[in-house]
Amino acid sequence: MIYTLIPFLPLFAFLIVGIGEQWIKDRAHLVAVPAMVGSFVLSLLALYDVATGHLVNVPLYTWLTSGTLDIHIGISIDRLTAVMLVLVTTVSTMVHIYTIGYMHGEPGYARFFAYIALFTFSMLMLVMADNLLQLFVFWEAVGLCSYLLIGHWYERPSACAAATKAFLVNRVGDFGFILGLFLVWYSFGSLDYATVFAQAQDLAQKTMNVLGPFGGTWNVSVMTMICLLLFTGAVGKSAQVPLHVWLPDAMEGPTPISALIHAATMVTAGVFMVARLSPLYDLSPMAMTVVALVGALTMVLGATIALTQTDIKRVVAYSTMSQLGYMVMACGLGAYGAGMYHLLTHGAFKSLLFLGCGSVIIALHHEQDMRHMGGLKDKLPVTYWTFVVGSLALAGFPLTAGFFSKDDLLISSWSAGPLGQVLTICGLLTAGLTAFYSFRLVFVTFWGPSHVDPHHAGHVHEPSTTMTAPLMVLAVLSIVAGYLGIPTFLEPVFHGEGGAAHHEGPAAYGIMALATLMGLAGIGTAYYLYVLNPSLPDRFAQQWRAAYELSLHKWYVDEAYDRSFVRPTLSTANGLWKHVDVSIIDGAVNGVARAVAWGGWLIRLTQSGQTQHYALGMTLGAAVILTVYLLF
Amino acid sequence: MTSSFPWLSLIVFLPLIGAVLCLLVKVESARWLALAFTVADFLCSLPLWWLFDSSTAEMQFVERASWITSPPVQYSLGLDGISFPLILMTTLLMPFCVTVSWTAIEKRVQLFMAMLLVMETAMLGVFVALDFVLFYVFWEAMLIPMYLLIGVWGGSNRLYAAIKFFLYTLAGSVLLLVAILALYFHGGQTFDILALSRGTYGASLQTWLFLAFFAAFAVKVPMFPFHTWLPDAHVEAPTAGSVILASVLLKMGTYGFLRFTLPMLPDATVTFTKPMIALSILAIIYGAYMALAQTDIKKLIAYSSVSHMGFVTLGIFVLNVQGIEGAVMQMVNHGITTGGLFLCVGILYERTHSRHILDNTGLAGPMPRYALFLMIFALSSLGLPGTNSFVGEFLVLAGTFLWSKIATALAALGVILAAAYILWLMQRVVFGSPSPTHRAHLLDLNARETATLVPLVVLVFVIGIFPNPLLTRMHATVALLLAGPKTPAVAIEPSPAPRTEPVPTAAVAASLSYPSSGQATAR
Repeated sequence: MIYTLIPFLPLFAFLIVGIGEQWIKDRAHLVAVPAMVGSFVLSLLALYDVATGHLVNVPLYTWLTSGTLDIHIGISIDRLTAVMLVLVTTVSTMVHIYTIGYMHGEPGYARFFAYIALFTFSMLMLVMADNLLQLFVFWEAVGLCSYLLIGHWYERPSACAAATKAFLVNRVGDFGFILGLFLVWYSFGSLDYATVFAQAQDLAQKTMNVLGPFGGTWNVSVMTMICLLLFTGAVGKSAQVPLHVWLPDAMEGPTPISALIHAATMVTAGVFMVARLSPLYDLSPMAMTVVALVGALTMVLGATIALTQTDIKRVVAYSTMSQLGYMVMACGLGAYGAGMYHLLTHGAFKSLLFLGCGSVIIALHHEQDMRHMGGLKDKLPVTYWTFVVGSLALAGFPLTAGFFSKDDLLISSWSAGPLGQVLTICGLLTAGLTAFYSFRLVFVTFWGPSHVDPHHAGHVHEPSTTMTAPLMVLAVLSIVAGYLGIPTFLEPVFHGEGGAAHHEGPAAYGIMALATLMGLAGIGTAYYLYVLNPSLPDRFAQQWRAAYELSLHKWYVDEAYDRSFVRPTLSTANGLWKHVDVSIIDGAVNGVARAVAWGGWLIRLTQSGQTQHYALGMTLGAAVILTVYLLF
Repeated sequence: MTSSFPWLSLIVFLPLIGAVLCLLVKVESARWLALAFTVADFLCSLPLWWLFDSSTAEMQFVERASWITSPPVQYSLGLDGISFPLILMTTLLMPFCVTVSWTAIEKRVQLFMAMLLVMETAMLGVFVALDFVLFYVFWEAMLIPMYLLIGVWGGSNRLYAAIKFFLYTLAGSVLLLVAILALYFHGGQTFDILALSRGTYGASLQTWLFLAFFAAFAVKVPMFPFHTWLPDAHVEAPTAGSVILASVLLKMGTYGFLRFTLPMLPDATVTFTKPMIALSILAIIYGAYMALAQTDIKKLIAYSSVSHMGFVTLGIFVLNVQGIEGAVMQMVNHGITTGGLFLCVGILYERTHSRHILDNTGLAGPMPRYALFLMIFALSSLGLPGTNSFVGEFLVLAGTFLWSKIATALAALGVILAAAYILWLMQRVVFGSPSPTHRAHLLDLNARETATLVPLVVLVFVIGIFPNPLLTRMHATVALLLAGPKTPAVAIEPSPAPRTEPVPTAAVAASLSYPSSGQATAR
């Protein structure tokens, strides 16, 4: 089957570039880019094929059999997978091309291409999985690529720390994932989506006593346990509260990675997972509520932090976190289609924003602090205009892709009952914040007077075509993606949802109007504060010191984790080692040895070799025996 | 199945011939001779991969000859689905032990190479012996060369470590001997392991035998709290010694549980399931915590072995297909991965003469190829999917899940901790900048070293991506082990863990039909 090549072309590129790294060097893109383009074209074909009613299912091989555990690796494509394939290959192709310019002359050029090709392979296999274990395997594989790429500049201590943190935090999430996976196998006897979904209804009423091992009783629906455990994995991968802390630090990686992995594809895997497993989530209202609340919390938290950050990549990173929150919230409210729709448009405009940031960073010789920018719009016109398009889409400005998908998402949420309505209001408020911080970024970076380091100010110029072309393509997509009818296309995947039916009536128009208004208000406020009265933001920061600090320090979550998890773990380890392992256990071992030696020494005393001693011993012994004999 | 050609004798004793020859030649020839014999031995064992019949649980390639008539001791060897992968792993690793010692060992090279080869014979003999006396001879024979490897070619504190290792294991072995004698008298006056496995023993005898076996095997594994010889032995041993110790010697204990404890003492096994699982989980978590606290790379890996071997004993004692197959997989994979890690540390030590983490930082820059290999072994060690270790850990956890969900969650915590200590190690050793004092010595791998590591790296991925060829060769043996050697399949014991949901899996039910008390009577 030709579609097998969709993931395998990138894999071949990885193998060729990775093994031949020494020889290929700065020609790596000649292998990687054509492979990506091929993969992209095939993905379009697959999309067309699926749209015309075919389903692709290609078993590759049996990975493992043990008892009743029987796991196959294969690829399957339905509508949901097809749109993900197109998203992944599109963004990946753009990022590959952009990388040619961005990483030009770097020593790790070929290595970088090898890893992004490996990432693309893993991500494609992840979305094409037809069973949970394959999903998990490639879930970890994309995490590995993320780890390696965040740590690409391995001589920077901050990059290495960020890489480790990303991996570890995700491991915590995956701990839940794998337990969920076992529970699925235990309950359904299979890990294949098809088999599991077919039996899901039968298991809906089953409960399990989660406190059984502790002697208590607390019956929870098995489905809820499964969904929540699997969702833990999604919380890690999609940077949801409370496992969101790795994503901002991941910005230490080269910017193309931030666009590809930490905006458009890998971080959306959690949303994809919930959508993919919607037949299970639909059966657990409790899990759905948790999903919605976690998403909403992340949405709000991310936006509030993005308000005050000064590193341009971090602003965009927190924005990503917030937008992922929107998608997860929508899934939690049953609006999987709307969540996926926003995932796709977000993939376009957020990768655009990151690549735009990359252009700015390269032009300013790796300056990332927006306080040292300003006035760049005339020097970097292409970057500026495409960045504005991306920001408008992010802010939900009318007629951009972000406008359509965010409206769709909010309207669907509104129709999901009282919880949905409360969360929709949160979503509307966050939309205002979103517009504000994205245009704060635009105004501070591109408008106003220049604060650029005078050494570099003279020769700030637009980067090469390999970098600007992807920006333009993605800018077009950030508009066009809103007109492609994605929600209607995805509708058949999620049976439970009414889809476009909600999008009529006064409530829908009201929300649309409100969202637009919030967006415009955010942009207007940003304009007022950062263009008209540039001194005001500092005054506000002084006035609301506590709130400002809270936002600036990311709600002190990192500090809290450091104190409650990292340091206690290390001190426990040290304490256990010194006091238990060395003192008690090994002490006992050496104590036994000493006791034996001492015993030997005692006995040795009797073996002096002197006849007088033996004679004395004999006499004393005889005396004792005699005494005992006489007395008793 | 009896094979006409004595494959096993050839494989077991070929290294011994090499050992004798090594003692007779010059230094340089001794190296080549040892390499030639270890490689030849591997090539001799390789055909077994295709000759091995995976459809039967019977012993294969059996050789029998009378050795001593009274008491009846036989020279009998055989191979089944549990010993088969371990044999291949051992013969595969030995050539690397030789190549990694090529320049690292400078004094008494002939004797060193001879000891490696004697060691190989003894280890292979343990895995294929079907007679208890023969087994015990091989078992004890391992001690001496290992003692010398540590005591003669070891680090500064080598005598302490060597004696500790020797006494610790000897203490366990003595009880093993007592157990063997007890079985001889209660099991029909035979030392035939297969015959003894078919016998039935009374409940209290089983308990005592279990404890005696436990003493011998738990020290070897090592299970918590009998593990403190391991870090000392590893730190002081030369690289080849560490590799043998970690990759093969530790497997002796878990092999013993599978070969003797489970088939001979089924009732006691069921009785002791809970404490054994508790100790296993404790080892997983405790070992990981210990690894977090270390600053010596070898000690860190040694403690990680305690944690990883915890998965093996966990898998064995959950007593189901997934658990035991996972345990055997994990035995092989730990051999490959930890062997690889120790080889890497040895290669590094030759350059910087320090095992301290902070003396060996930032290797990715000066030694990119080395860094890549080290990273691959490290990722395998933390159980990344796609690498070999994931297969074993996944199966063990799956098997444990059928036994208890809480136990699984606790064991899986060890996987998080593994990521913590491994990645932290990588962050310091591979990433960052090299320490200025050692920078000049940090040359990347030479051809010999590359050739030492590449086969293992390949295996990491081959087993990780295609575990099934290896697993299918275990199925029959594991099924027999779980069916219970003599009890008809009647489920007497209910599930050890309270179950509230239906379990649709047939094999789970089968795995629970483990023989329990009341069936066995002493003869």
